[in-house]
Amino acid sequence: MVGILEDKDRIFTNLYGLHDWGLEGAKQRGAWNGTRLILEQSPEWVCDQVKASGLRGRGGAGFSTGLKWTFMPKTESARPHYLVINADESEPGTCKDREILRNDPHLLIEGALIASYAIRAHACYIYIRGEYVHERERLEAAIRQAYEARLIGKGNVHGWDFDLFVTHGGGAYICGDETALMESLEGKKGQPRLKPPFPAGAGIYGCPTTINNVESIAVVGTILRRGASWFSGFGRPNNTGTKLMAISGHVNRPCVVEETMSIPLKQLLEDHCGGVRGGWGNLKAVIPGGSSVRMIPAHEAETALMDFDSLSALKSGLGTAAVIVMDQSTDIVRAIARLSYFYKHESCGQCTPCREGTGWMWRVMERMATGEAEMKEIDMLLDVASQIEGHTICGLGDAAAWPIQGLFRHFRHEVEERITNYRAGRPHVQGASLQAAE
Amino acid sequence: MPKAKVNGVEVEFEPGMTVLQVAELAGEEIPRFCYHERLSIAGNCRMCLVEVKPGPPKPQASCALPAAENQEIFTNTPMVKKAREGVMEFLLINHPLDCPICDQGGECDLQDQAMGYGRDDSRFALNKRAVEEKAMGPLINTVMTRCIQCTRCVRFISEVAGVPEIGLISRGEDVEITTYLGSAVTSELSGNVIDLCPVGALTSKPYAFNARPWELKKTETVDVMDAMGAAIRVDSRGPAVLRVLPRINEDVNEEWISDKTRFAVDGLARQRLDSPYIRDNGRLRPATWAEALSLAADRLSKAKPERIGAIAGDLQDAESLKATLDLFRALGSANTDCRQDGMALGAGPRESWLFNATIAGLDEIDAVLLVGTNPRFEAPVLNARLRRRWLAGDLAVSLAGEAADLTYDYEHLGDTAAALTALAKARSGFAKVLKGAKSPALIIGAGALSGPNGAAVAHAAAQVAKAFGLSWNVLHTAASRVGGLDMGFVPGEGGLDARAMTAKGALDVLFLLGADEIDLSASDAFRIYLGSHGDAGAHAADLILPGAAYTEKDGLYVNLEGRVQMGQRAVFPKGEAREDWTILRALSERLGKTLPYDSLDQLRARLFADHPTFGQIDWAPRGQADLSAIGAAGDLGDTPLSSAVKAFHLTNPVARASVTMAECAALAAGPAKLAAE
Amino acid sequence: MSVRRLAANQPESFAFSAESLEQVKWWIAKFPEGRQQSAVIPLLWLVQKQQGWVSEPAIRLVAETLGMPVIRVYEIATFYTMFMLEPVGSHALVQVCGTTPCMLRGANDLKAVCQRRFGDRDHLSADGKVTWQEVECLGACSNAPMAAINDYYYEDLTPETFEQILDEFIAGKPRAPGSVIGRQGSAPEGGSQVLSAPSLYDGSAAKALKSIPNAEPTKRGKAKEAAQ
Repeated sequence: MVGILEDKDRIFTNLYGLHDWGLEGAKQRGAWNGTRLILEQSPEWVCDQVKASGLRGRGGAGFSTGLKWTFMPKTESARPHYLVINADESEPGTCKDREILRNDPHLLIEGALIASYAIRAHACYIYIRGEYVHERERLEAAIRQAYEARLIGKGNVHGWDFDLFVTHGGGAYICGDETALMESLEGKKGQPRLKPPFPAGAGIYGCPTTINNVESIAVVGTILRRGASWFSGFGRPNNTGTKLMAISGHVNRPCVVEETMSIPLKQLLEDHCGGVRGGWGNLKAVIPGGSSVRMIPAHEAETALMDFDSLSALKSGLGTAAVIVMDQSTDIVRAIARLSYFYKHESCGQCTPCREGTGWMWRVMERMATGEAEMKEIDMLLDVASQIEGHTICGLGDAAAWPIQGLFRHFRHEVEERITNYRAGRPHVQGASLQAAE
Repeated sequence: MPKAKVNGVEVEFEPGMTVLQVAELAGEEIPRFCYHERLSIAGNCRMCLVEVKPGPPKPQASCALPAAENQEIFTNTPMVKKAREGVMEFLLINHPLDCPICDQGGECDLQDQAMGYGRDDSRFALNKRAVEEKAMGPLINTVMTRCIQCTRCVRFISEVAGVPEIGLISRGEDVEITTYLGSAVTSELSGNVIDLCPVGALTSKPYAFNARPWELKKTETVDVMDAMGAAIRVDSRGPAVLRVLPRINEDVNEEWISDKTRFAVDGLARQRLDSPYIRDNGRLRPATWAEALSLAADRLSKAKPERIGAIAGDLQDAESLKATLDLFRALGSANTDCRQDGMALGAGPRESWLFNATIAGLDEIDAVLLVGTNPRFEAPVLNARLRRRWLAGDLAVSLAGEAADLTYDYEHLGDTAAALTALAKARSGFAKVLKGAKSPALIIGAGALSGPNGAAVAHAAAQVAKAFGLSWNVLHTAASRVGGLDMGFVPGEGGLDARAMTAKGALDVLFLLGADEIDLSASDAFRIYLGSHGDAGAHAADLILPGAAYTEKDGLYVNLEGRVQMGQRAVFPKGEAREDWTILRALSERLGKTLPYDSLDQLRARLFADHPTFGQIDWAPRGQADLSAIGAAGDLGDTPLSSAVKAFHLTNPVARASVTMAECAALAAGPAKLAAE
Repeated sequence: MSVRRLAANQPESFAFSAESLEQVKWWIAKFPEGRQQSAVIPLLWLVQKQQGWVSEPAIRLVAETLGMPVIRVYEIATFYTMFMLEPVGSHALVQVCGTTPCMLRGANDLKAVCQRRFGDRDHLSADGKVTWQEVECLGACSNAPMAAINDYYYEDLTPETFEQILDEFIAGKPRAPGSVIGRQGSAPEGGSQVLSAPSLYDGSAAKALKSIPNAEPTKRGKAKEAAQ
């Protein structure tokens, strides 16, 4: 057996698309089984069960999903409630929701119905990133099947009127932020909103809204079918359940795989990905939760567990559990400089620190990558990063600052060496040539 | 009231206030760029960061955070200071160091706040961003490299002006403020974005490179471009008025002014009458005051009282009206009228010609019927208030009159007065809305009251107002009108009205007090024009007495609400020109009917004694008209109800002398006109 | 990314095709009444599918269709980077993901291929057949490096396989999208090591549940009990 999670406990049984993604295939694998029994329970019961399962939001922030649902008004009013599913998967390293959308869409649709019932919503929008054209087509087809089978829609077999709509973005990472997503869904630029008001009070169209990640919703049906304690039996307390993990970068066999929470990072890489390219000893650093978390160096990766608490203790984070592996051959300064470019490119331009700071940081990072920066710019860069962090409307400012902070926390000596070499007439060749090419 | 602590000091605040407002209550100044009291909250500049307990361990944008009971707010901690300094540094890295050639210099928020939060050096060693200039029309100059993307202009144009034509395109550090492909902003309130812009990105085009703020004499006065009487500040240097800016008057204009108010000032330097003129053999020649006054006195004294008359114009101060009226009554003439347009109001109690709901009262109405008016062009700032009320929700608007884009939705009841008759009989539709409204209003325009059927329209409208319990509000367009009517500048017993006075053979001597909006082609009287500009009145005159423009004299103006406001002299009259009342005083002496006042104070004392309402400075009554006494029943037929303002930019002699206004008017007339030229 | 501007040369007009118009209606119907603005991104995308790019007349038409000020649509067209504001290659719009996970596995080599064959990014190639871009993370990181060509993903590329695929597009005979080394989705190369238990797929999971764990008695359940 590889890894920890056994096949019998996997939620996403068509993760690789080897079987029928359609309604018949999904039912064969257990989807839509007992959904009616779940909807016979009260919305409060659903929230309680999901809370008890320990499910924490799978989109990166890790907030209790069941608890979030209880923030919604307890009664329906003239303002309809909405569920919005965030399928704007854009965090570098993250490619897990894509597998649900194209291979197990019915788990998502079923989860959407249950979650909407729990928050007393009769309509749900799935906001899928614009580039996922194939995934959107697949999802639309699955939703058509569900409508035709009267699993959803008005007067469906489950007795909770429910409409499910897919809409899409146009190429903007920031729309993964829940308030930017709401703006975008309403047909505006994806510029995050100020909070308060919070979505549960005034979300899309000014109505109470809950926004969840695709994976958070797609696991709900199975959790309720198999019981909260089944789900909470995986992983460590406060870090429970199974989780889709996406591994990219310098491993022998990158993949997406469902595993238990708290699986040792090393075991994840060795068992599922054939290990680090060139062996564990060739590992340089890992970004364990998508590009927005701070990297951890090899010696910390040795013992790190893939969960919220272990990784935040290392001043990193589980994020989306998107593991980016970098071996010793990596030009780690350039790897982070490329992320800085990403954040500069994706800054919405609304608030000052992020609009001005991400470009500044990227440009200095480029100078670091070639070594042409001055030594004192390192501290200046970190100071600039601290002037962005915590000062912006949304989390993109923090996300832009953290990779840089992580780099200097663990590899400051490399940057210093590069600067010294550059000044000694030995410019770092790889970086310099890349710079010339651009 | 809930309490919070600001830097340890306890303050009470009203529920719903933001942390920024509470901090200001406590006397703490919070720096800001994007936040503006009258615009929606953007929270994007991040300059107003403060520390709040309880709260997350990071600074919070105080402009957007609701204050809460027992909150502790800190505005001067090291965390706050570092946060603001950081934001300031970010704002400055791409801001050009061109303050010496920037028109905003000296009155720039960024400059001021950089003094408090800026570094004395720059850590940003890279190239600064350059942004292409944008075309925004003849009024707004752009230097977009200076822009700090606060989006005040975007919010103002979309929310207040209701003409969503400015946007922030692209994203990230490449965002740019622009109109759609460089088209001109078509709002008549567009100039306000210049005041709102906290930096020198949007500046006044006509005023470009004219002066530094510290060189200017600042005079607080009131505007006469429409009948609202907006509070303005006139900035002058030496004899020249260089610009007009809004002042805050919450009850009138809040802090907005129209583009005409702001940009017509170049008209104060053009087409000016700077010396008396006498028409000799068909041509006007300069004359001395002695010559001119003698001629005027000679003509007036030789004519019989019933063969002389005076018509007052739209921009006159109350004092000149009073002096004219007193003089003509002293001469025994009943032929006086301040209604060049022939408006069918002026008799009876003053409520019949006032805007009784008051401008501020518009915030409280829940239904409004517009009759023969286009408030957007007749009083743009008032219209913005109506729009805000509409945006707030539950305001039903309907229009009986010429359809136009008013920046809010309305039900169009018809183009003609027939719509009023129909409404009076209706049981459903808007009639039902009016019936159900708690605080409904009728706003009737000068255009509706002025045609040949003006009295009948007024009567019909008053009947509707009576039937549905609407407040009666007259939207005047002439700044002098209410003052004139208040003092009875209408025909006396048996006197002729303005139209009759200009008829062929009606008079021997016609005295035109700044009257430029009336057709004089039929008049064969000897015409004396007292005024400031070489406009229609002067062109038709036989004798010109050069007077002062509104920025050149102290004077009282009564706005459409009946609010008496004091105008102040900013500069002296041009050349030989004199303040109007002094000319009348001098003339009266030559006529042997010396007016009983030697100073402006004495004149005002007389005015207040005769008409006590003029003594109620800066106060607007809030009464209701006796609706049964308004107008006269008559056959309405299909009298068209059209606005009094046909060309917004060209409504008075100052505006018509303005090059800037001419440019705007050409633009507003559209491509068809440009192509024809 | 530099400032995004509309193309200098614009067509006279734009109209939705009958087919697009059906789609326009379908999209607008997805949103509550009065909220049709929500469909602006999908509508601009329909424009791009029909026209290949988003032209100025199309921006005006979308604004008119949705009752939006044209400046708002302009903002959106320039904010969202999927909208091509200039005409693109007749045969292929090649979008190479250049973000770190792809970069670590050779995206720079793919960019070099494009540069060599088609010239500068964001421009039409000399023959007008191809436009290539470097784009940010496309969300297929476990199959890096990858490129989206005419909307669909080609994954696990090498410079050699990438060039073959480009040749196919230019020849007008593109292959089906997906992993070019035959991976099953995002399963590890060589095949999935998990999800092999037959019980997952033999239909046993579809056997209707009688109850769910931790369920509270429901009305229907109580009724049943009473009947018994």
